[in-house]
Amino acid sequence: MWEIIRANKRKSFLLFAGLGIVLLLLGYLIGGYLFGNEGAPLGIIAAVGLWLILSAVSYFSGSKIILGISKARKITKRDHPRLFNVVEEMTIASGLPKMPDIYIINEPAPNAFATGIKPENSAVAVTTGLLAILNRDELQGVIAHELGHIKNRDVLLMTFAGVMLGSIIMISDVFIRGMFYSGHSTDRYRNRSSKNGGGSAQVLFMILALLFAILSPILAQLLYFAISRKREYLADASAARFTRYPEGLASALEKLAQNTYPLKNANKVTAAFYIVNPLTKKGRSLSDLTSTHPPISERIRILRNMMHGAGFLDYQKAYMKIKRSEKKLIPDSVMNPDEKITIRKPQEITAPLSEKKVQRKVGDLMMTFNNFRFIPCSCGLTLKIPPEYRKDKVRCPKCGRIHSL
Amino acid sequence: MSAFAIFIILIILAGLYLVSNYNSLVRLRNQVKNAWSQIDVQLKRRHDLIPNLIETVKGYMSHERETLENITNARSQAMKASTVAEKAKAESALSGALGRFNVVVENYPDLKANQNFLALQEELTSTENKISFARQNYNDQVLRYNNKIEMFPSNIIAGMFNFTKEDFFEIETKEEREVPKVDFGK
Repeated sequence: MWEIIRANKRKSFLLFAGLGIVLLLLGYLIGGYLFGNEGAPLGIIAAVGLWLILSAVSYFSGSKIILGISKARKITKRDHPRLFNVVEEMTIASGLPKMPDIYIINEPAPNAFATGIKPENSAVAVTTGLLAILNRDELQGVIAHELGHIKNRDVLLMTFAGVMLGSIIMISDVFIRGMFYSGHSTDRYRNRSSKNGGGSAQVLFMILALLFAILSPILAQLLYFAISRKREYLADASAARFTRYPEGLASALEKLAQNTYPLKNANKVTAAFYIVNPLTKKGRSLSDLTSTHPPISERIRILRNMMHGAGFLDYQKAYMKIKRSEKKLIPDSVMNPDEKITIRKPQEITAPLSEKKVQRKVGDLMMTFNNFRFIPCSCGLTLKIPPEYRKDKVRCPKCGRIHSL
Repeated sequence: MSAFAIFIILIILAGLYLVSNYNSLVRLRNQVKNAWSQIDVQLKRRHDLIPNLIETVKGYMSHERETLENITNARSQAMKASTVAEKAKAESALSGALGRFNVVVENYPDLKANQNFLALQEELTSTENKISFARQNYNDQVLRYNNKIEMFPSNIIAGMFNFTKEDFFEIETKEEREVPKVDFGK
């Protein structure tokens, strides 16, 4: 288990280093253009400085920021015993030192994400839409995927990579705006340095800096997405192993792919944290370089091709078969060839809910989390009382019975 | 002189080797104990849940005396068991009894609509899951510990300091391993 983290760390580290080089080069070229040859290292220092400051901020309050942006609310066991139990089960299965905090996002779009730099202060967040449509096995698969992210330390990596991507976008954006909107200041810098006799070098720096400022955000995004996609497969592999039931996650992903609501309060950088891409309306089928996630249909097919077991070896076999590639997801050196993890039986078989029932369930869940009171009337109607309701009696709109609160 | 120095160094190295081997045996044994305590917590939780369950369903299931008695008996057997092997046997009997109970429940739609019962059933399902996930972890730890005791040269140290092999926590029969199939098609 620990070895898999180290091995995929090495690969992700290369991509991460690529992002770092883009940042350094950008700082170097802009610094060189603005302040001449001697200024280039200054540019690097400024770029790295910006990254370090932003990293420090997200290291100490990254979880709070992303949970805040997505308007997540912390829950206890009483709010949703099943969700709480499933997280507890997966904590045991994954061997995490501490159970993550659980957050609910009041949104009909089904999605989930994990956050937390260290496993000790991690959290998982799920939307009410997700709770409404998944059965127990499917919910377990999704939670296992999220705990896989925490266990594989993906949150740490994606946070620092995300901040780096943010820094690159910010620097090149400011630089390009500066070039176009305030010709004066750039003229001044150029004149000053031509007096120093570095004219031609300065022009070269300008062209390279401008070119790179335009290209680097694109390059950085591609690198960021490449890291993100790899981590999704690994989290799927972990989920299959933790639950010993790949079909649970597969059928959950299938349901998520059919979802038609886009998720509010998500953007290109935070998208990498979610279980399915929150920005697309339908699960897309083509592989795409500009996506944070591998196509859902491919993830499902890999999980459903795990015929003989739920271990990493089985996932790898299915992965290579579906991708039709010889490239391995997890290097052999870190896998135990004797590991045999058998697939368990499903826990419950539930008939799929109709769209109308799903909508009602989402609504009920949202009301529960917003402290509505539910009063069943003997005529069959359930009265849903908002917490703002101050009177001590309420009349049933259907049969007219009076209920006291 | 130099031969004497080499001799001393060898003695020290052998001593260090012995100490590190001893320590890793202790560490492994503690991990086994820790993993066992995780299972034990869940087993106790299951024992605590069962009286509540029986109390809740009694009114609905007057015709299923036998099924309910089986659960109660299996529970008291499981609570009496002391060694790991005994517990494994008794607990898998209890799992089997609960499995049969879950099949019977399908014939009682009233019961399945009872909120109290649904909450209890969720707790039981979750506890069963936690037991099986914790069992996997425990068996992994026992395997590592037992291997260490059997292998040379740590087997000598294990013999000297009286490290003994631990039992696996295994489900008894294949029949009990199968989760009962439930058909919702009707």
